[in-house]
Formats: sequence, C-alpha cells, structure tokens
Amino acid sequence: MASAHAIPSLDEQYEFTPAAKRRLLIGIGAGVALVALGSFLLASGAGAHETHEVTHGVGASTGDEGAHHAFKWTTRLWANVWLNAIYFTGVSVIGMFFISYNYLAQAGWSSAFKRIPEAMPAYLPFMGVVVLAVFFIAGHDLFHWTHEGLYDPQSKEYDPIIAGKHGFLNTPFYVIRVVLYFTLWYVLWRMLRNYSLQEDLYGGTDYYEKSIKFGTAFLVVFAVTSSTSAWDFVMSIDSHWFSTMFGWYTLASWHVTGLAVITLTVVTLKERGYLKIVNESHLHDLGKFMFAFSIFWTYVWFAQFMLIYYANLPEETIYYRERFSGFGGIYLAPFFINLLLNFAFPFLVLMTRDAKRTYIFLKIAAWGIIVGHYFDFYTNIMPGTVGEHGGFGPIEFGMILIFACGFIWTLSTQLTKANLIPKNHPMLEEALHHDI
Amino acid sequence: MADVNGNGKFLVGIYDDDDVVLKAVKDVKQAGVRIHEVYTPFPIHGLDVALGHPRTRLGIAAFLFALSGTTTALLLTAYTEAFDWPMIVGGKDSYSFPVYIPVIFELTVLFCALGMVGTFLVSNGLGPAVKPLMFDLRTTDNKFAMAIDLSKNKLAEGDIEQILRSSGAAEVNVKQF
Repeated sequence: MASAHAIPSLDEQYEFTPAAKRRLLIGIGAGVALVALGSFLLASGAGAHETHEVTHGVGASTGDEGAHHAFKWTTRLWANVWLNAIYFTGVSVIGMFFISYNYLAQAGWSSAFKRIPEAMPAYLPFMGVVVLAVFFIAGHDLFHWTHEGLYDPQSKEYDPIIAGKHGFLNTPFYVIRVVLYFTLWYVLWRMLRNYSLQEDLYGGTDYYEKSIKFGTAFLVVFAVTSSTSAWDFVMSIDSHWFSTMFGWYTLASWHVTGLAVITLTVVTLKERGYLKIVNESHLHDLGKFMFAFSIFWTYVWFAQFMLIYYANLPEETIYYRERFSGFGGIYLAPFFINLLLNFAFPFLVLMTRDAKRTYIFLKIAAWGIIVGHYFDFYTNIMPGTVGEHGGFGPIEFGMILIFACGFIWTLSTQLTKANLIPKNHPMLEEALHHDI
Repeated sequence: MADVNGNGKFLVGIYDDDDVVLKAVKDVKQAGVRIHEVYTPFPIHGLDVALGHPRTRLGIAAFLFALSGTTTALLLTAYTEAFDWPMIVGGKDSYSFPVYIPVIFELTVLFCALGMVGTFLVSNGLGPAVKPLMFDLRTTDNKFAMAIDLSKNKLAEGDIEQILRSSGAAEVNVKQF
C-alpha cells in the first residue's frame, strides 16, 4: 500500500468483518433480551419502583392532557420505539442534509469522507416502516390528538383548542405527511447516491452538476419537512402546546447529532487504517462543525425556553413545568443532563485547537453529543407519552442497543458497497490538499 | 512581535507570484538570512509555517476579553437588579438568572469583539497618530514584498541582495525608516 507519493492511495474498500457482524448481532440480541426483561418487569408490576407516585406533579399533569385512559405498560414500550425511531430518522436524514449543503456550497474538503454521510440515509426506509407501524399500533396511546371525541362538540371529551388544530392533526393527513417525508428524503438520497456511484465508474463533472441540482432540491424539501416532521413526530405529542421555535430546535438537535455520528465514524475508520487521505485539517473542520452546532442548538433551545419563561403564559409554561417538577420530578435529571452534555460539555472539550485535532477529544465530544441528544428527545417525548410512568430501565437501554446496532449495520453495509473515497469527485483534489 | 516602529535600513525584495515568494522564504532562510516580515495582498497558505511564526495567542486573548465581558455583565446585572434597586419584572424574583443570559451573552461578545479590535490595532501598529511601516505600496495590489532588517543580519547588504535575487525577486529596493 505504501506509495511513493505524498498522497495515499485512493483505493480503499471497507470490509464489514464477520467479527463486527457478530458483535452487532450480540448487541441486538442483548437489546432484545433487555427489552423483554423490562417488559416482563413492567407487565408483572415489579417495575413499580420506577414509577413514582405523583405527589407534586398533579397540578402540572392533569391540567393538560386531562382525559388520559388508564395507563398500559405497553405505552412505555412503544414510546421507546418511537423515541429511538425519531432519533435515528434524524441522524440518517442529516447524512443527506450534510452532503446536500456541501454540494450546494461546492465544498471541497468534505469530499474526502463524503461516503460516510452518504451511507447514513440507508437506514431511512426501516425507520419509516417503524414510525408508521408504531403510529398504527400505538398512535392512540402516544398521541392525545388521535382521540375522536376531542373533535366532537357533543362529546364530554371535546377540546376546542385541539379541535382548532383538526385541519392539520388528523390521521389521514398525518399518515400522508409521514409517508411523504420518508419517500421524498429517500428518493432524493437514492438519486444522489446513484450519481455518486456512477461518478466513481465513469468520472466527469456531469454527475457533480446533477448532484448539486438534486441536493438543492432536497434542501428546499427539507427546509419545509424538517419543521413539519418535527411538529408531527415530537411536538404533536403535547397536543395543546406549541412553540414556533420547535422546527428549528429539532433540526438543530438532529443536525449536531448527525455531525457527531459522522465525526465518530470518520475517527473510528481512521483508527482502523481507513480514510488515509483524511488529515488533521479535516478533523479540525469536523470538530468546528460539532462545536458550532452544539452552540447553535443551545441558542435555539434557550431562545425557546427564554420566551416561554419570560412571557409566563400558563398554556406555554406547562411544558417546562412538566419537565421541572411535574410527574414527581422524574424529568428534572434528563432535563439538566441534556443541557450539560449538549452545551457545557462539547463547549469546553472542543474549545481549543488541539482538541479538535486529537482523536480522543473528538471521540469524547461526539459521544457526549450523541448521548446528550438522546436525552434531548427523551425529555421532549417521554413526559407527554408516559408521564409519571416513565423512567430509565432495561427497556430504554435495550431499545437504544437494538436501534443503534441496526444503524451501524446498515451504515457498514452501505460503506462496503463503494470505494471509501469518491475517487472521481471533481473536488477531491481540493480535499487532498486541505490545510487550515 | 516585530518592531513596528522600527527605524533602520531594510532590504525589500519584490516578488510577482505567491508560489515564488513561498519558496523564496524557505530558500532565503536556508541561506541564513533573518526575514523581518513578508507582506502580501492576500493570505498565502503555509506562509506562517514557512516563516516560523510561533502559534498565535489570539485565542487566549479573545477568551480573556470574553471572560471579562461575562464577569462585567454578571456583576452589572446582579448589582443593579438585586442589590442597588431590586425590581420585580414579570413576576420573577429580583434576580432570576435566565433573564440575564441575553445580557451576559451580548456583553461577552461585545467585550471580546472590542478587545480584539484593540488587539488588532496594537499588534499591527495601527492607530490615529502612528505612521505605519509601508515597505512597498504595491503589496496592497498585486506584489509580494519580503523585508529584511539589515541591522539584524550579519551578512553584507550585497550578499543579501544576491540571495533575494536568486530566490526569484523581481527587484530589490532599499528602504530607510
């Protein structure tokens, strides 16, 4: 492999080893076992130590989604599936987002590792199926707005506020939207992926030009769908509440998580001897990306919190009241873990130039962000779905394992399907000499 | 930091091309000449490394300026809102921290920005009454100038001129401040 030139070989074939496959299968198996254990504990009532008695939180919880049915333990199971599906939907689609804006900006440096974000959206179809399946199986338990009585003025369940949102929040339109998101994201990704693979074979700049067009088309689509999907997937759980920042907020959360996943994958591949052309400057830029967008996420988080805190309108502050002191205060810890891991931690770890060029600091920061944003979605989804029956037990751990191992599996499979370096990418020359 | 108000005699090599000047820096240093500074119309990648400049400490300066802004904002808001004239706005306690985060943020940015402007002026020897060292006016347009401080070099003027010329300088001028 040693080359006489300063530039390493451009031919790199990623190998998805049987050992790695075995580890992932063990991970999925362990996840399934944990979920089964957690479900068994919940179903048999032994998990009661995790369900806190509601003492202080009554005022916060009953006022909002008043007409809750008796709690079923399966709701917690489905809420966990939903949480992970939304989290990994975001991570996957950010791969597409990343390559699209890099095409639009005609960025050169990112072409060195572009196969990694390019491989991420392969998980989207699975997530689409999971999201739709959960909605059909347990939508009634997770989404208060799916209750028919809310829209019937004769019903005692009638809720004028939610009835006013009926034009948007109704099952047919919801399903159409969800199908549309996944179809649009997947099809546009498929186009870009195909162009990229054909470029490897035939070269030339035609594929690059086409990729810019379709990447831009995706950005236009994503500008709308990132917001609306955030409302559909997360915000509509708290049917009464709304925040005009929510689309941005979820996009920021997804984006920084996706960047952390890209960085972690690049560093891991480099440690295993792949991606030789990626140098310290590429890593530095990825570090800056994570640093900048963790601050951006904090900015949006705070902009949303600040307005609600200052204005102090009961129908808005209920959202934070549920997370601070509602449901026996069980969401207070995730709430602050979220802020700590997603702002303070990457801010301090990635501040210096040297940290952004060192594997271990990048990995620590990326893991912090990846775990932190799980808690971000946890604090957004759990209080509205399981309320005081939430917690952090075998089900949560197991579900993360299943989804994460699945994600790594599809990512690795995609990486084997093409040369790890897009060797005919017109901007590759620039990436090879990237120096900052 | 270079002696920006330096007086003395300089040799100024004028180059036409950024690649040539980058290579010339290495060659001239190789020949044992101490380079005062290189002036270019645009940043050249790797020039700072070639010149052997130490790592910039601007980041530390920026951090300290920002920290002074954060401290000022914390003290200002705490003093005015909690001690000097406690006020209840919007039903909040007289010192409710989240309210002041925007103020703290803004003053942090402001102090950092102003501090860095000041740092820029000082470190580049710019200011209302300061006459800047201008080795060649064409470096603001399309030429690259390498300045050699003769008082800091042991080699003879003629030798240095020869070195500059053989490194690709289109012309070599003498500049006296």
